[in-house]
Amino acid sequence: MATNRALVPTGEVVSVLSLTELCHVSNASADWVIELVEEGILEPVGQNRSAWRFESTCVTTLRRVRRLQADLRLNLAGVAVVLILADENAQLKRRLAQIETEIPSD
Amino acid sequence: MDYKDYYKVLGVERKASQDEIKRAYRKLARKFHPDVNRGPDEAEAELKFKELGEAYEVLQDPEKRAAYDQLGENWKEGQDFRPPPDWDDGFEFSGGGYTQADPEQFGDFFEELFSKRGGFDGRMHAGRQAHAPAQDHHAKIVIDLTEAYNGGSRDFTLRKPELDKNGHIVLRERAIRVSIPKGVAEGQHIRLAGQGSPALGGGKAGDLYLEVAIKDPPGFRVEGRDVFMELPITPWEAALGGRVAVMTPSGKVELTVPKHAQTGKKLRLKGRGIPGKIPGNLFAVLKIVIPPTESEKARELYAEMAREMDYDPRAGQGV
Repeated sequence: MATNRALVPTGEVVSVLSLTELCHVSNASADWVIELVEEGILEPVGQNRSAWRFESTCVTTLRRVRRLQADLRLNLAGVAVVLILADENAQLKRRLAQIETEIPSD
Repeated sequence: MDYKDYYKVLGVERKASQDEIKRAYRKLARKFHPDVNRGPDEAEAELKFKELGEAYEVLQDPEKRAAYDQLGENWKEGQDFRPPPDWDDGFEFSGGGYTQADPEQFGDFFEELFSKRGGFDGRMHAGRQAHAPAQDHHAKIVIDLTEAYNGGSRDFTLRKPELDKNGHIVLRERAIRVSIPKGVAEGQHIRLAGQGSPALGGGKAGDLYLEVAIKDPPGFRVEGRDVFMELPITPWEAALGGRVAVMTPSGKVELTVPKHAQTGKKLRLKGRGIPGKIPGNLFAVLKIVIPPTESEKARELYAEMAREMDYDPRAGQGV
């Protein structure tokens, strides 16, 4: 397997993104992002569209929405439910994993 | 190369109808979709989901299915496999019937059978030709909790499918050193400018975005910027209370354990979670630990407690 070693001096944390930036990073249309905001899947802060600021976790959310829609043929309401339940489920699994390491299984 | 039993992957019989195959795929796709299975099982689910996608890609298309069936029934999953010469002789692939799945994700077996044949090839690799614009890339990295607290520099190996000069898909590895900024939280992204794909024909390269996940060290759990750590205490510390020294990710602190503390009680250390504009909190979760070895003296002390203390924790259970 080919390996090339590029040493990158530094990365920057993407803290918040404007609507334009989010669309660019996610290769998404503004209309679609607005639709997701209206569905409550993305929750930017800011009063109007030009002032919207998105957490960078929204980049991941957009990718999940896109894959869920494409792979499972869900509508947006369905995606919204899946996102909530999947996150809750992941959090519970983490808690359970922590509890299981605390209780020795003898 | 290993033979893949696509029927087994979908859990259907070889004579299953197209409808049965579709139903089996849809059911399993919902179950193993990586965005449904977040957390510790995600990687496993993702592998399984890719395998499903590959199996469905072949079996949902009557042409590919017929060609695959023609290899015979006697192959076993995982068996070393070489396609017979001209195995697809006489099959006319129209190249239709592709799903939305990304064929780059598929394995060697699929590659060998379907990607180099006429009719498939052009279709599979279309759209990645001459005038591709610069592309941003996305990858996921897992960092340690101490790196989230302190920042640090670390090497990661990223894998990316690329086409070699013969048009085969090869996984290319590249090592990059990333300087992790202090205070990065789970789910945030680190941007490495210019580390995506260059625009073909010149121009500025895209960026590489790394989504951060934080690995819980044993006894720790991260939720956003809040961190929960297990704090073992003795039964007498729990009963009498007192000050205990605690090694937190941001250094040693002294904590006051209140009297009559129970297992599971959370002591909050404000602002000692993952640093940030609004730093998270650290929660020490008490866990009463019974000393492992008991001397004669210790047994005597417990016996004395049993005699002296009038307490039945099962009183409410009606025994």
